[in-house]
Amino acid sequence: MADAKKTWIEAVYPKSADRLPAYTTISDMAVDPVYMPDDLDAWSYERSLGHPGTYPFTRGAYPSMYRGKLWTMRQFAGFGTAEDTNERFKFLLSQGQTGLSTAFDMPTLMGYDADHPRALGEVGREGVAVSSLADMEALFADIPLDKVTTSMTVNCSASILLAMYFAMAERRGIGLDRLGGTIQNDMLKEFIAQKEWISPPEPSVRIIVDMIEFCAQQAPRWHPVSISGYHIREAGSTAAQELAFTLADGIGYVQAAVQRGLDVDRFAPRLSFFFNLHSDFFEEIAKLRAARRMWATIMRERFGAKNQRSLQLRTHCQTAGCSLTAQQPLNNIVRVAIQALAGVLGGTQSLHTNSMDETLALPSEPAVLVALRTQQIIAEETGVTNIVDPLGGSYAVEALTDRLEREAFAYIKRIDELGGIVRAIELGYPQKEIAEAAYRYQQQLDRGDKVMVGVNKYQQEHEPPLELLHISQDVERKQAQRVRERKQARNSAAVRAALAAVKRAASEGNNLMPPIIDAVKHEVTVGEISDLFRSVFGVYRDPAWI
Amino acid sequence: MASRRLRILVAKPGLDGHDRGAKIIARALRDAGVEVIYTGLHQTPEMVAEAALQEDVDAVGLSILSGAHMTLFPAVIEELHKRGVGDVVVFGGGIIPPEDIAVLRQAGVRAIFTPGATTQEIVDWVRSSVRPRHA
Repeated sequence: MADAKKTWIEAVYPKSADRLPAYTTISDMAVDPVYMPDDLDAWSYERSLGHPGTYPFTRGAYPSMYRGKLWTMRQFAGFGTAEDTNERFKFLLSQGQTGLSTAFDMPTLMGYDADHPRALGEVGREGVAVSSLADMEALFADIPLDKVTTSMTVNCSASILLAMYFAMAERRGIGLDRLGGTIQNDMLKEFIAQKEWISPPEPSVRIIVDMIEFCAQQAPRWHPVSISGYHIREAGSTAAQELAFTLADGIGYVQAAVQRGLDVDRFAPRLSFFFNLHSDFFEEIAKLRAARRMWATIMRERFGAKNQRSLQLRTHCQTAGCSLTAQQPLNNIVRVAIQALAGVLGGTQSLHTNSMDETLALPSEPAVLVALRTQQIIAEETGVTNIVDPLGGSYAVEALTDRLEREAFAYIKRIDELGGIVRAIELGYPQKEIAEAAYRYQQQLDRGDKVMVGVNKYQQEHEPPLELLHISQDVERKQAQRVRERKQARNSAAVRAALAAVKRAASEGNNLMPPIIDAVKHEVTVGEISDLFRSVFGVYRDPAWI
Repeated sequence: MASRRLRILVAKPGLDGHDRGAKIIARALRDAGVEVIYTGLHQTPEMVAEAALQEDVDAVGLSILSGAHMTLFPAVIEELHKRGVGDVVVFGGGIIPPEDIAVLRQAGVRAIFTPGATTQEIVDWVRSSVRPRHA
């Protein structure tokens, strides 16, 4: 049996008629012409797959998957002022979106208020400007926080934004134990890929563990971390690297929390993940399946987790921004649809589909509507939701799943040998692997070895212009003014005392969440608390490796 | 007559942390024989201009994907002029809508490369449009 495939490929397969010199995934993983039972010699249904919702969860986190509950349709949104984004939130919910996802602007993400010199030109441009609790409240005006879950994409200032969200909920009489949602809060991948930081890795991880601990005790429905591969892939990694570095980051957080003395089964169930959905259809499906199997194994064998929910990898996915083109942007609708389909066949719990105009600006309303409809069409019209893990047992998909798992575990082993993920980051290991893969891919594109329709093949001379979303310069002026006015209107003694309490917790190693929640209630700003982090924990500088 | 190698500063101004493109361009230029200085992330316009002055570069390439290009490109140009090195060529790329490109060109940005540009295009442009400022 083992030779049947080899025999067929050598004797029957017409290799000389191949269109291309080699067939690889977009990550350069060579694929065979066909996969056969031989490829699954070491494979067993029980060990490699298990039933859906059963260890090792390869077939899906839950037994009924989308027959029981569709993935959450959660479009990442944010621009301009809190009022602007609140309007977009309401629009998306009215169009059938089932969860909220918040994009903040660069100053907010980097720990600067709208009136800071560093914020110049950046306020409201890449997301919504939030400097204080009043902004957070305007952002979620008229939105029932106890009925809809919210994801917030923020990292080095995550503690502050989460504190604001919690403070807002409390003010509305909603107990933290009823709040569901996610905060990205994954600093390890920041140092590796997204590069939004304030302080170095160690204090950054400490803050994250504070938040894991706080949520485990006070907000048990909340996901305090979204361990992310999306950005790693966007930075140019291969699928195997995305998988490996994401899980390595996860291992890092679990280790840090366990070291703090937390019982793994108390916090692990609320760790969540976030993967990219790139263009190579089967590679992405295999990647998600491998991720679930790997995490289940890691949690059980490496960390001794016993709670079934500690072993389940649950993930949000987003279609790949880096796969979209500025040329012939309507083509992006097609790319996104196929990538989204891969996410569904791969078993995602939550999904964001990119808008076709995102290579040029933030999503316009018509563009984001098409993106949302893409999900709805997949859910309602294609039938793929009617069968759980329909590709399970496919020779190709199982072989690719096994292969990605093997390659990813090899990277994780390397990281372990280096001394763990924090050490690996200090040495620049994941960063350099990614830069290398990114450069290689660019060379392939430049040579035409890899095709991007509309860019290096099937180009078009003249293209009709698109109606793009514009952020008015007024937003910055208005927001900066607001920040100044609010700072004036505050009780400065209360602000000083609140900041002192945060500083004490920071320096003495006590959980930062309670004093930060208290501080934001006094309108202490993102910038003020971030400045505190800068002074207590230090400022991280980009090593600037090429 | 041999002229010295081109010196180019590749910079990431503002808060934007997306450095995939900047690093690829830096490496491609270096592989093409250009002396490249990469500033790393989170540079203010002052820091960029200061580095351009200190490193005595012939051109500055800015990469901006955060939407802040209309502020940052002109700010860098202004800071270069303030330091007496206004003859340094400024070019760049990122997420920049077509209508903004025209405005930036007017403001003195010599070329803007948007998603889809090949590294060869950029290297060729640099070779043909940037001259060493000193012999």
